[in-house]
Amino acid sequence: MSNEELISQLTTIQPKLETDVAGEWPVVQVEAADWPKLAQAMRFKEDLWFDYLFCLTCVDWKAHLTMVYHLTSTRYRHHVVVKSRLNREKPEIQTVCDIWRTAEFHEREVYEMFGVNFLKHPDLRLLILPDDWVGFPLRKDYEDPVNMIKL
Amino acid sequence: MIEEIGTTEQGDLLINVGPQHPATHGVLHLVITMNGETIKKIEPHLGYIHRSIEKMCESLTYRQFIYTTSRMDYLSSHINNHGCALLVEKAMQIEVPPRAEAIRVLMDELTRIASHVLWWGAMAMDLGAMTPYFHAFRERELINDIMEETCGARLTMNYQVPGGVMFDLHPNFRQKVHAFIKQFKQKLPEYDELVTGNAIFKARTQGLGYLSLEDAVSYGVTGPSGRASGLSCDIRKIHPYSIYDKLTFEEALHSDGDTYARYLVRMVEMRESLSLIEQLIDNIPEGDFLAKTKAVLKPPKGEFYTRVETARGELGVYVVSEGATTPYRIKFRSPGFSNLSALDHMTRGQKIGDLVAIMGSLDLVIPDIDR
Repeated sequence: MSNEELISQLTTIQPKLETDVAGEWPVVQVEAADWPKLAQAMRFKEDLWFDYLFCLTCVDWKAHLTMVYHLTSTRYRHHVVVKSRLNREKPEIQTVCDIWRTAEFHEREVYEMFGVNFLKHPDLRLLILPDDWVGFPLRKDYEDPVNMIKL
Repeated sequence: MIEEIGTTEQGDLLINVGPQHPATHGVLHLVITMNGETIKKIEPHLGYIHRSIEKMCESLTYRQFIYTTSRMDYLSSHINNHGCALLVEKAMQIEVPPRAEAIRVLMDELTRIASHVLWWGAMAMDLGAMTPYFHAFRERELINDIMEETCGARLTMNYQVPGGVMFDLHPNFRQKVHAFIKQFKQKLPEYDELVTGNAIFKARTQGLGYLSLEDAVSYGVTGPSGRASGLSCDIRKIHPYSIYDKLTFEEALHSDGDTYARYLVRMVEMRESLSLIEQLIDNIPEGDFLAKTKAVLKPPKGEFYTRVETARGELGVYVVSEGATTPYRIKFRSPGFSNLSALDHMTRGQKIGDLVAIMGSLDLVIPDIDR
C-alpha cells in the first residue's frame, strides 16, 4: 500500500487526523481522546495490520508533550508514525498495552521520565528510577543539582 | 513500594534474584513470586546501571553522542555506532565511501560472532557446563585482538563515525581475519559436539520458555530470540542498510519458539556471519575510508529514525533535530528492553530451576536495557 492510500485508509477511520507524507514514513497526528479507537482499528483491520509497535516515546516541546508511536506491519512491511499532543500540565492518554504488549514497559518508562499518565494501564509504576524519585528527568525544565552534570 | 521479601497474602513465596547474581550477567534485579517451585510472576526492577544516556545526548554534539552508544550494548558496540553514524548520514545526506561500507560490515559481523560466542559460553556455564566457556573465550580473544589492532579498543570501539570509519584497517587485518576464519571453521563443529547435541543440555532447554509468534510480535521480541519464534525480523534483510542487500546470507529462522530454538538460531547466525566475512574479506574496495564532512555537523530540522540489527535484535535510533549542533531529543529503542518485557510471559508456570536457562537464551545485556 502506498503512503497516500495508507493515509486515506486512516482518515476514513478517523476523519480528524492531521497528516504529513513528506518524510520517510507517513505521520498522523491524533487527538488523545481518539487514539484508542484508531489504535484498535490499526492493529486489527485486515489491510492495515500494524501488529508491531517498534518504538514508543515522548518529546517535550516545552509548550506541550508529544507522544510518538512508531508502528509497522510484519505482514505488509508498511510503516506509520502516530503522534498525539498532550497538555503539559495534565498529560493523559489511554494505554495501548492491551493491543501491543511491548507498550507496557515503554509506557512505564515514559511515565517516569515525562510524567505522562497512561489511563487504564495495569501496572503504572516507576521502572528504572528508584521508588522515591521526584520529578521527570527527561523533561526540558528538569533540574537536579546533585546528580546532574551540565556539559 | 512493593514487598520484596517474605510471603504474599496468598501464601506465595517472594524470591529476589540479583541485582548481584552470576546468572543475570549484570545488575538485573528480578522479584519472583513462586508457588512451591513454580513461577507465578516475574517482575524486573531496572535502573541499577541507568546512566540516562538519552538525557546526556541532548547536550552532546552529533559527533560526540555516538561514543555513549558503545556503552549501551557493549557486546555490539560496533553495531550501535553504525546505527548512530547511519542516522547522522541520513540526516545530512553524507555519502559513505565503498571501502568504509565494507569495513563497517566486516566489523559488524565480527562483533556479532564475538557476541554470540560469548553468549554460547555463558549460556552453557549457566547450565553448569564449565568447559565451553573456555572454548568460547579462545575464539573471542582472536576477534578482540583484531579489533584492538585496528580500532585501538577491545570493547568500546567508537570506530564508526559519521562519514565512514575513524582509521584505515591495520596492515595485519586481512591475514588475521583469515586465520580467525580458518580456526573458527574448525572449532564450530566442536561447539556442536560439546553442547548442541548434548543430552543434558537438550533436556534442560527443549520445550522450555515457549514464546509464540503472535506474542513475539506483540512484545516486540526481535533478534535471534524473535527469529526462534518464526518472526522474520532481521533488519539486514527486511530493511537493508549499508551493503547488506548486495551480500548473500540466510535469515536464520526457527519455528519452535523454545529455549533450544533460540540456541539453534544463534548457532546458525554465527555461520552466516562467518560467510559474510568470507565474502568481503578479499573484496575490500580501495579508496577513502572516511568521507569529507564539515567540522560541525548540523542536521536540518526534522525527525530521523534508523534501524540496525545488533546481536540482540533491533536497535532503533530516533532523533528529533531542531537544526542545532546537538539533538533536541534522542531515543534509543534498545532490543534488550523489549526482549526482557517478554520474560514474565515466557516463564509463567515454569520451574525456578529453568529460569536461568530461559533468561540465558534471551541473551540480555543489562546496560542495553537500562541505557
